[in-house]
Amino acid sequence: FAGLADVSISEDIPVEGEITVPVGSHSPDEDYSTLDEPVKDTIMRDLKAVGKKFVHVMYPKKSSALLRDWDLWGPLVLCVSLALMLQGGSADSKDDGGPQFAEVFVIIWFGAVVITLNSKLLGGTISFFQSLCVLGYCVLPLTVAMLVCRLVLLAGSGTVSFIIRLIVVIAMFAWSTLASTAFLADSQPPNRKALVVYPIFLFYFVISWMILTFTPQ
Amino acid sequence: MSAPGAAAAGGSGRSGATADWGGFEDNMQGGGSAVIDMENMDDTSGSSFEDMGEMHQRMKEEEEEEEEGEAGAAEEEDGEFLGMKGLRGQLGRQVADQMWQVGKRQASRAFSLYANIDILRPYFDVEPVQVRARLLESMIPVKMINFPQKIAGELYGPLMLVLTLVAILLHGMKTSDTIIREGTLMGTAIGTCFGYWLGVSSFIYFLAYLCNAQITMVQMLSLLGYGLFGHCITLFVTYNIHFHSLFYIFWLGVGGLSTLRMVAVLVSRTVGHTQRLILCGTLAALHMLFLLYLHFAYHKVVEGILDTLEGPNMPPFQRVARDIPVVSNAVLNTTAKAIALTL
Repeated sequence: FAGLADVSISEDIPVEGEITVPVGSHSPDEDYSTLDEPVKDTIMRDLKAVGKKFVHVMYPKKSSALLRDWDLWGPLVLCVSLALMLQGGSADSKDDGGPQFAEVFVIIWFGAVVITLNSKLLGGTISFFQSLCVLGYCVLPLTVAMLVCRLVLLAGSGTVSFIIRLIVVIAMFAWSTLASTAFLADSQPPNRKALVVYPIFLFYFVISWMILTFTPQ
Repeated sequence: MSAPGAAAAGGSGRSGATADWGGFEDNMQGGGSAVIDMENMDDTSGSSFEDMGEMHQRMKEEEEEEEEGEAGAAEEEDGEFLGMKGLRGQLGRQVADQMWQVGKRQASRAFSLYANIDILRPYFDVEPVQVRARLLESMIPVKMINFPQKIAGELYGPLMLVLTLVAILLHGMKTSDTIIREGTLMGTAIGTCFGYWLGVSSFIYFLAYLCNAQITMVQMLSLLGYGLFGHCITLFVTYNIHFHSLFYIFWLGVGGLSTLRMVAVLVSRTVGHTQRLILCGTLAALHMLFLLYLHFAYHKVVEGILDTLEGPNMPPFQRVARDIPVVSNAVLNTTAKAIALTL
């Protein structure tokens, strides 16, 4: 419809109408400005945001940065790396590689959605994607635990390595649960914190269990 | 938006014409009458979005034709002519706009009505103390069956129990090295547990409807969900300590208790012997058989059937005791054996 603006009007006919500039007309200019920047800038900006959130997870303080600008890049990266590292484990045949990758995805995303719905239904003040973001980012300690387990398993798979892995996984599981509880439980009324913490505990317990029982081929 | 611009352009042909839908002022100047000549409108004007582009295209072509023609004297005429066209374009655009607004409003209303999770909010209004109390109560059969027992219509406890059962099943399947050919291990566990909870609840609700029992769907979901507490305990113990006799003791004891509780509550809400028998018999059978199924389906089964083709010296069906993890299982087994010996 932009072509209609070029319509020529005779001067003695009064032009009537409303000239309102819609607010949204500014955003095309902004988009153009971020579209014109080099790709490196865009990627670095997102990477920095993700990195900052990783730091927040590892040192869970009472900051709202994780909640305010949520993004799902970090959880996706963590989910994919965890699923890749859990590949090639347990039983025998080739058709075990496929289901395990999908399995990790299903667990993480289905579990996160259920926990989010649960905390919303219990009267939480946090939004859907913010909660998904927090839960996804708090998988980071468990991913680190998986890395450590794989390295330990390279050395050998006896009782000692099992005990080391057990300790590492338990520590990281506690860290994950505490980190996500620090962010999520604050949005609940105080006497119901246990009701929100239990599904989070179960969620990270299942992931920890998958990490602990991972035996490479 | 070019709608104001178009309104201005349209207004040039007939001053005083407004941009409002449904209101055209009478004082149209410049050769037009107060009534829009409908026979000038073709079928596609204002009816759909796709035709907007076509109309716009036509208007553009006409503009270009006009520009090529005489500029001065034909200005007024062009203005009028464009006014009519502009009016039609504006009409079309507004109709499409209106339809879009109405459609969007309806869709968002429907969405907020049905996808509103606030519908479920009252069922999650519990305290941790209440949940604990209900968990313990689910193992205690009530004595008074002549008086309808109260069932709390709560969904938090049952949902958490189903998820715990999923987690326990996953653990059992992993330690027994169950190999799922199509689909994922987790998908099977989730499907089994949720399918049981929702499916059997619906089925028993339907039977209760037939047998005139006084129970609502939420209450049935809640009752069956809490009945899974016994299943969780049994499976948690027997997936780790692998003794068949222990499993049967737990099956009858723990499973039986939770089934008895559910049955007693249902009996207290049903009148008539036949109805009570049908309803409670079905529920008891399904509940106990589910526990049996969950235990036996995820034993470690050496894939002898498929391996007989390649390894003829492998017996076809063999149960092998689990040995993952080595240390803790041996400890648990010896402890259980010691306890069994002392009893």
